[in-house]
Amino acid sequence: MKTYKYILIFTMICTAFLFVECTDADDNGNVLGIVTCDDGIQNGDETGIDCGGALCEPCLGSLDFSGTFIQEDQMGRPGINVIFGTTGMKDAFNTTVPCQMTAAFQSSFQSNLLVLNPLYTTNVLGLDATAFTQLLSKDVLWVAQTGITTYFNGTEILTGRGLSDDVIDTSLLLIFGGPTGTDNPILTSDFVPSNDASFSNSFPYVVGPFTN
Amino acid sequence: MKKRKIFATIGGLGLVVLSILLISADHIDAPSISGTSTDIADFYAFQGEDPNNMVFVIDVQGLLAPGQPTDQAIFDENVLLEINIDNDNDMIEDRVIQIIKRKDPTSLEDNMYFFGPVVLTSSSNTCSEQNLLSTINAENLSGSVKISTSSDIQTSSSNGMQFFAGPREDPFFFDFTQYSQILGGSETGFNNPGTDTFAGTNVLSVVVEVPKSSLGSGVVGANPFAPTVPVYNVWVEAKRKQ
Repeated sequence: MKTYKYILIFTMICTAFLFVECTDADDNGNVLGIVTCDDGIQNGDETGIDCGGALCEPCLGSLDFSGTFIQEDQMGRPGINVIFGTTGMKDAFNTTVPCQMTAAFQSSFQSNLLVLNPLYTTNVLGLDATAFTQLLSKDVLWVAQTGITTYFNGTEILTGRGLSDDVIDTSLLLIFGGPTGTDNPILTSDFVPSNDASFSNSFPYVVGPFTN
Repeated sequence: MKKRKIFATIGGLGLVVLSILLISADHIDAPSISGTSTDIADFYAFQGEDPNNMVFVIDVQGLLAPGQPTDQAIFDENVLLEINIDNDNDMIEDRVIQIIKRKDPTSLEDNMYFFGPVVLTSSSNTCSEQNLLSTINAENLSGSVKISTSSDIQTSSSNGMQFFAGPREDPFFFDFTQYSQILGGSETGFNNPGTDTFAGTNVLSVVVEVPKSSLGSGVVGANPFAPTVPVYNVWVEAKRKQ
């Protein structure tokens, strides 16, 4: 009988420990061993049940993402609407889907190109005024899936846009430089070859703001 | 006649000065959005430090002076930023990354929330003005990051992606002053050296780095100057809540 009593007490103690383990009440994630984002409890560095922290999805709580959003601006390549958009058509350009842009804007872009450079024939890419403005009026930025991504680095052409790319000089060269890039030498570079701060090679790449 | 010319000159100078204050690679590109919170200043797309990743940078609200103007600049909760990725060269987006600011209900901190890259269904893959309208499906949430300040720098990562939002040094550089004077006819060419109109100024940046695998495969032949390289067509849109 006494032995039975000890067994009963021992069993109760063990059961109590089991219960404690199962609730993970200490919330250190050290009893069950593995913290997961679907274990139904707030553990690890989670800021809610199975959300927040470094590993889980953010806690959405009562966040409201409802509603319809209507387009007001868009941009692919640098300076396209600024340079080639026609007064009265710039807002329309920003609210036209890219698949309809060439039909809507190529001819006005070509007119503007010839206003900027009345002597335009072709540029160093071999594009005449029509071909050049067909390319530009589809305002998307090409970015290469593999390899070097740059607007122009002397070798690669329009394979992306890096932070340090001198997109203005590239644009000026293509608009004013003529077929060999040597026409209008005082118009083919703004002689600002780089940014006034260095970029980082690591995320987020752009660097901290100037402070007073 | 002389008086009129002087007035015209003054008017022209005013326009140039206004433009200098507000322009960037896309900034103040059109009258109805100039200087508003939907006005995109710049957009960059490049391979990440990890060559398996692609980086997108969106700048809004350019030419912020250091100090108070930078510290008081805020992202607009009513503006949805979208990075569109066309991977078959039909000029219609096949993937989209959606970005919007909300206040975290627990911490009450301002966060930027990132959705996607969402794979768009074939039914939306038609050339339609419907693509000017967007909604957010919260199930596509990929991550969020607390919005940084000048002194409190925050980045985060989840689902193989990295996130940042906050004030940064404006990466754009251009002698826009001289360019405006050339266009206005008062100058005939650039100076050597030129003067960077954007020197010493800040901007609000959003940076997101994603695995290239999440964008699908690019298409060969889209870029005639790199004909063997698979390419994505990418662009950014700013959409206002109705």
